[in-house]
Amino acid sequence: MTALVLLDHEEGRIRKSALSAVTAASQLGDVHVLVAGDAAVAQAAAAIPGVTKVLHAADAQYAHELAEPLAALIVSLAGGYDQIIAAASAVGKNVLPRAAALLDVQPIPEVVSIVDAETFVRPIYAGNALATVRSFDAKKVLTVRGSAFDAAPAEGGSAPIETVAPATNPNVSEFVAVYLSDSERPELESARVVVSGGRGLQSEEKFHVLEPLADKLGAAIGASRAAVDSGFVPNEFQVGQTGKIVAPELYLAFGISGAIQHLAGMKDSRVIVAVNKDPEAPIFQVADYGIVGDLFEIVPALTEALN
Amino acid sequence: MKIVVPVKRVVDYNIKPRVKADGSGVETTGVKMSMNPFDEIAVEEAVRLKEKGVASEVVVVSIGVQQAQDTLRTAMAMGADRAILVLSEESPEPLAVAKVLKAINEKEQPGLFILGKQAIDDDMNATGQMLAGLLGWGQGTFAGKVEVADGRVKVSREIDGGTEDVSLALPAVVTADLRLNEPRYASLPNIMKARKKPTETLKAEDLGVDMTRRLTVVSVAEPEQRQAGVKVGSVGELVEKLRNEAKVI
Repeated sequence: MTALVLLDHEEGRIRKSALSAVTAASQLGDVHVLVAGDAAVAQAAAAIPGVTKVLHAADAQYAHELAEPLAALIVSLAGGYDQIIAAASAVGKNVLPRAAALLDVQPIPEVVSIVDAETFVRPIYAGNALATVRSFDAKKVLTVRGSAFDAAPAEGGSAPIETVAPATNPNVSEFVAVYLSDSERPELESARVVVSGGRGLQSEEKFHVLEPLADKLGAAIGASRAAVDSGFVPNEFQVGQTGKIVAPELYLAFGISGAIQHLAGMKDSRVIVAVNKDPEAPIFQVADYGIVGDLFEIVPALTEALN
Repeated sequence: MKIVVPVKRVVDYNIKPRVKADGSGVETTGVKMSMNPFDEIAVEEAVRLKEKGVASEVVVVSIGVQQAQDTLRTAMAMGADRAILVLSEESPEPLAVAKVLKAINEKEQPGLFILGKQAIDDDMNATGQMLAGLLGWGQGTFAGKVEVADGRVKVSREIDGGTEDVSLALPAVVTADLRLNEPRYASLPNIMKARKKPTETLKAEDLGVDMTRRLTVVSVAEPEQRQAGVKVGSVGELVEKLRNEAKVI
């Protein structure tokens, strides 16, 4: 069996969750990857061990990974593959269901475990339940959750790169602009440590109190929905059912009460630390270590103590 | 321009879901059900577009059991003009729903479908994309901002590293993310008025759609629960534990 993995990328780098999708695909058989746009990314993809072929969609229409042309391209390539797989990233979640519909397949999103070639485990109800589902479709279309599979190594392989012919573009969509938050910090979904803030941070200005601590730990910064809705940080910081799903080695939650929708995004972290002034906050029920107290005293003290 | 907004009846988001003892699914009997929160945002956006004069009519559609009528009433109390209930089994799959909506498109010919980006029960996040695919239309998924002008819709989309703007030819499909708007509460007079708004009831098979499931649920289980850990008294104690016990720093 051979799987085709859509390898999505940002600013010339393969997204780490896409490398996790390669790992998931390799559990099923041979792995070919599809890179839309950036030729340097196609080169990088060829070096992933276990990848036996790189399909490079070089045509300009694929440069921004727009769903409409990219799904059409995937459909044009799908004939030779048993599975079409992508990370459950913004790109994967946008493109794959569209391709699945065109293939008359019911996609299986956010797979966290592969039982066999027909059977997959995925969280439902914000991770409050795990459903094991079997697909009757001849071809399987899946997105996989990055936090559930190790990322494939970036070096060691040397797969051939083949430029693929463009498919007919439906010509119904145009890329206008992208606004990426420039950050020197690690990517939220793949950071080893995440420092996260909630409503308890009180304001956009006060949210900055987390930065020295994140710097000290080499951590990504995350946020609860409440913090994002209150305008403390932009939406891409959100951890939870509808934001980013993270599973770092260490997750530090400051001023986050722990709604189930937030827990859905971080409860698979290896070690969870919670700081909250409310001793009854539900976040303490999942935290390995908790401190009841004022985060505006504790965060600087913790930063200092790590010196 | 007419806007069609599909809405789903789901377990209320404040309810902690319970897995059935036999592992066949999540308990929905006797559980409070509400409109999927993302669908409320979609309804709100459509109603606002009508209030701005961009849209002329807002039609809400639900595909499921008879009780989805309540969800449609809520949407009409928020300002939708009329409703279509397509009877099928509970919680059909996104592929089947997209096919039903494609059939609704033939009947209604809207300029825009606005959907919630995902339902909070099955967390599929697929129906809007699938509908756009079946129709061959553009898709503005995970929308944080929607502007309709000159026969196109500009959608500001929430993506992993920030936001992305795309411009789509109309007709198009938009899926609503959390921050697109804050849905209104239906006022009592509007709830009363909604009772008089028309609902058409159809059957999925009358639309010629094969609702057969492609996925079978083998089992549903509770995930492993995390044990609550310890509360520590000081920052010093926390650092000591993270270093020597958890060995994570």
